Amino acid sequence: MRKIKEFIIEKIIFICGVISIFFVVLIFFFLLKEGLSLFKTIPFSHFVFGKNWYPISEPPQLGILPLILGSILVTFGAIIISVPIGVASAIYIAEISPGRIKEILKAGIELLAAIPSVVLGFIGMITLAPWIKTIFNLPTGLTALAGSIMLAFMAMPTIVSIAEDALYSVPKSYKEGAFALGATHWQTIYKVILPASSSGILAAVMLGIGRVIGETMAVMMITGNSAVIPHSFLQPVRTLTATIAAEMGETVIGSEHYFALFAIGIVLFIISFVINVTADLLLHRRIYEKS
Amino acid sequence: MKNPKRIEKIVFSFLFLSTCLIVVPVGFIVLIVVIKGLPAINWQFLTDVPREGMRAGGIFPAIIGTIYLVIGAILFALPVGIFAAIYLSEYSKDNFLTRIIKLAIVNLAGVPSVVYGLFGFSLFVIFFKFGASILSGSLTLGIMILPIIITASREALESVPYSFREVSWSLGASKWQTIRSVVLPNAISGIITGSILGIGRAAGETAPILFTVAAFYLPQLPRSIFDQAMALPYHLYVISTQVPNVEEKIRYGTALILLMLVLCMNLIAIIIRYRLRKRKTW
Repeated sequence: MRKIKEFIIEKIIFICGVISIFFVVLIFFFLLKEGLSLFKTIPFSHFVFGKNWYPISEPPQLGILPLILGSILVTFGAIIISVPIGVASAIYIAEISPGRIKEILKAGIELLAAIPSVVLGFIGMITLAPWIKTIFNLPTGLTALAGSIMLAFMAMPTIVSIAEDALYSVPKSYKEGAFALGATHWQTIYKVILPASSSGILAAVMLGIGRVIGETMAVMMITGNSAVIPHSFLQPVRTLTATIAAEMGETVIGSEHYFALFAIGIVLFIISFVINVTADLLLHRRIYEKS
Repeated sequence: MKNPKRIEKIVFSFLFLSTCLIVVPVGFIVLIVVIKGLPAINWQFLTDVPREGMRAGGIFPAIIGTIYLVIGAILFALPVGIFAAIYLSEYSKDNFLTRIIKLAIVNLAGVPSVVYGLFGFSLFVIFFKFGASILSGSLTLGIMILPIIITASREALESVPYSFREVSWSLGASKWQTIRSVVLPNAISGIITGSILGIGRAAGETAPILFTVAAFYLPQLPRSIFDQAMALPYHLYVISTQVPNVEEKIRYGTALILLMLVLCMNLIAIIIRYRLRKRKTW
């Protein structure tokens, strides 16, 4: 009797163990199931390279190029801001800050990670956007620049914590070796610790990009939501994620527009999949090198 | 070349400034929300339904909706997550399957939240015909927080020393008995910490509930798990972008309640983790 009970429990444990694989496949399957229907009526190239996103005109024009470029522009801006600041902070926290301050800084960054994105979007809307509007003398502050700054901020916890881990896991003997040769602390960081942790830092940057591309609510509230091909940081844009969030509620189930939103979901899923697998490989390479 | 000691001083000040560039705004954001939101908080705000097109009254249905959603999500994710963690820490071997499972968990954690919304909509709302309901929303949020719970529980289980298991086996206990009466009790604080962080995440997310449960305006409370519900993060989104002329006080008040809910969860998790670290003797 106990044998049977144990057998059943172990089977349940196994099923729960592999359930993550099941969910990833299930998510992809359901996105494909709805999204692929789009390509029966609209060729793939028109969807990806089409310059117009007018989903409610008749017939609907469903080109996501403006949305892709919007996402790329905002992400690019966010990465330009967040990578130098994030890596610099990671170095400061991992290498320089004394014990007490280190704990406070880490708590501050954890706090940032915990703030819901809709709260950050709200604060950005009523503080950041008006500043940008007055500084650059624009008709509206809800621009790609506002989105980039907000997203840079939101990517920080990811970048800092993973880069800090990478820096921290460089063997102590490397550092001692450099010190013994007369190098200063900064020379040691720059010439020894940073190169030794480069793949971990690269992974941190990639996961930061993943966080930025997938972010939805703050971006929707702060980038101004206009689906045109962007020409500068100072105009409103719309991202892939914001398009799904903003339009899904109003679309008719089974319409081309509905299928197109799922097709955008496929694009996002594939992007995040590639980023996460690459980052995972980078992090694992580091571990293998060490042992 | 200049004096390397001086270069070091300059560089270190820059690194310090960069860190301040992150931490100081975080402090400001929390401070702004608290200072501007506090005047809105009173008994009526917490216990009344929204009135006059959400420009007055309270946010009670949104608070209750979020609590229901979080309870539903954790009821699903906690058992599944713990069992998955037990598999990874106690049963799995270092083989291809385990590698794929770990990769799947990493991916699940990285899927954009709005894609969870699409998935939840097509699977729970349409395919299973649950409709836009608390059930659909909870399950969607539950799958989303699963990686957080698995990762935290697994770490907790793996930090229980191997010798504890060996002693239990040598006394004739079976593998499952050992897990249930020796490994799990010693890992429980870590598991609770992970679950609370998951709850905080589920309470704050908006995109996954947009199409699976969230109601724009619903002055009565949900009566069953097949009802729609209001939720705090969605309510904040609605009153700050969709409804014109809402008093700023009400927006800040809603943001404050949401922020406090999420930060309290994190604070509890941090305290448990801290006490656990102090108590641990092995």
